[in-house]
Amino acid sequence: MTFQTILFYLFGFMLIASGLAVITVRNAVHAALFLVLAFFTAAALWVLLFAEFLAVTLILVYVGAVMVLFLFVVMMLDINFAKLREGFWRYLPVAAAVAIAMVAEMVLLLTSKQFGLGVASPGAAPAAASNVKELGRVLYTDYLLPFELASVVLLIAIIAAIALTLRTRKETKYQNMGDQVRVKSTDRLKIISMDAEVEKPAEPAAPAAEGGKP
Amino acid sequence: MITLSHYLVLSAALFSISVAGIFLNRKNLIVLLMCIELMLLAVNMNFIAFSHHLHDIAGQVFVFFILTVAAAESAIGLAILVVLFRNLNTINVADIDKLKG
Repeated sequence: MTFQTILFYLFGFMLIASGLAVITVRNAVHAALFLVLAFFTAAALWVLLFAEFLAVTLILVYVGAVMVLFLFVVMMLDINFAKLREGFWRYLPVAAAVAIAMVAEMVLLLTSKQFGLGVASPGAAPAAASNVKELGRVLYTDYLLPFELASVVLLIAIIAAIALTLRTRKETKYQNMGDQVRVKSTDRLKIISMDAEVEKPAEPAAPAAEGGKP
Repeated sequence: MITLSHYLVLSAALFSISVAGIFLNRKNLIVLLMCIELMLLAVNMNFIAFSHHLHDIAGQVFVFFILTVAAAESAIGLAILVVLFRNLNTINVADIDKLKG
């Protein structure tokens, strides 16, 4: 039994155990933390498959962003988890039966000699080859258009998430940008025509001032 | 010796666990979203195992796109969940029956 085999079984059992914990624990915060553990173990398994870049991406994107978002939402909302768990034991036999049947079928198929899936790992690529370099070369040439579409998908997700959760309060004062852009000079300044007012020279004032002084 | 079928069986088990999770937690929307993430993880592991054993980097490119779309999906899903909780004060799937479907 080689070192890699031991690692595979260790991480495999950890992945299965944390997956079972995600679906059975009582508290959703604990479920989210077990899901973090599942992602970490899956990243370790991907490193065993020589997919280093994706393993790092899984940790950065999922553990760093998506799971933190999950934890934020779980902790922010005041949810009665006990009420959401009713029916858990009632559905357990059905769920277990379906899951065990699926696993049994897949194991029978995948371990069968007919399909030739029992091939050993081809081992690591030559030391000079870099997984990141290889992936980047394919991603920016053959898959350039899907790559750009993926960025558009992310942009739409950002806009949709903000647009859904944005809440404007009634008492908040804010500028109406549309009105500000649409404004014309005639709205602000009104020029009206009127007769000129001619001011008469105040000539009687001067002698009065003179006369006032003795 | 670790073969391709080892990884495939592992991801099949993970996928079945998340299917069972959808059965068990069918009222809790947050755990349902987590089960979907777990399913996508199992699918990604299949892709990477085949990519390694067939010496084809395209499988890893697919995993890259699945990660992107799954991140977008969970962000929008959680945003919908927050709006739902704000309006109905519940995330129980049994209570969300406004459309009478």
